[in-house]
Amino acid sequence: MQHIHLEYDVDGNNFVSAGQATENVKFCLKGLGINPQMIRRIAIAMYEGEINMVIHANGGKAIADIYMDKIVVQLVDTGEGIADINQAMQPGFSTATEDVRSLGFGAGMGLPNMRKYTDEFEIESTVGVGTHITMTVKF
Amino acid sequence: MTVKELAKILGATTVAESDFEREINGGYAGDLLSFVMGRAMPDCAWYTIMTNVNVCAVATLTDCAVVVICEDCTPDEMLVARAKSQGINVIATSLDMHSAIALVAKNC
Repeated sequence: MQHIHLEYDVDGNNFVSAGQATENVKFCLKGLGINPQMIRRIAIAMYEGEINMVIHANGGKAIADIYMDKIVVQLVDTGEGIADINQAMQPGFSTATEDVRSLGFGAGMGLPNMRKYTDEFEIESTVGVGTHITMTVKF
Repeated sequence: MTVKELAKILGATTVAESDFEREINGGYAGDLLSFVMGRAMPDCAWYTIMTNVNVCAVATLTDCAVVVICEDCTPDEMLVARAKSQGINVIATSLDMHSAIALVAKNC
């Protein structure tokens, strides 16, 4: 099936450019006439993912595949990985530094928000290897 | 209430003006961006003391009508530039969030 494939490098340690991939995907979805509510959901999830990669993984890749009936976003990094995914999924759990918190991030809501706002959410992580998140929003 | 009317009530200064005739529907106060992203509704006024450029990303994601920077906090130059280029309304007030919102409620 024909679909739109988009790939972005997310620059690590750069809070200024974080969100650029999300902005581009949002713009693309808008152009396709996708329901704004659905755009909002995937945009929140994707932005949280971008920020996570900046905070924890020194950047990574954001990949979006847009089909007729859904968008699938993958966030792939080669960061330190997550030792205890269940713990990381708990709202309020965060390992972010004070510096990151002073920017308004690190509330421990990133992963929970990503799960909350998407229809499908999968996370695989290996300590020392990296993290791979796949999330889907159905239109 | 429009952004212009809100600015007048709060005695707010203009940081970035895109469309001050935009109608405001509701409000949200908060500084933790993950909470704001999830809970601030489109067309709301978002009250915060955050002043960094990420405010713009969250304002765009939530499609809020205006960002109200409270307590005389000075927005980063980068925030100002990004808000102008992305068409985000941003105003600033000396009031703290509670006083600002109380004042708005009184004038509604």
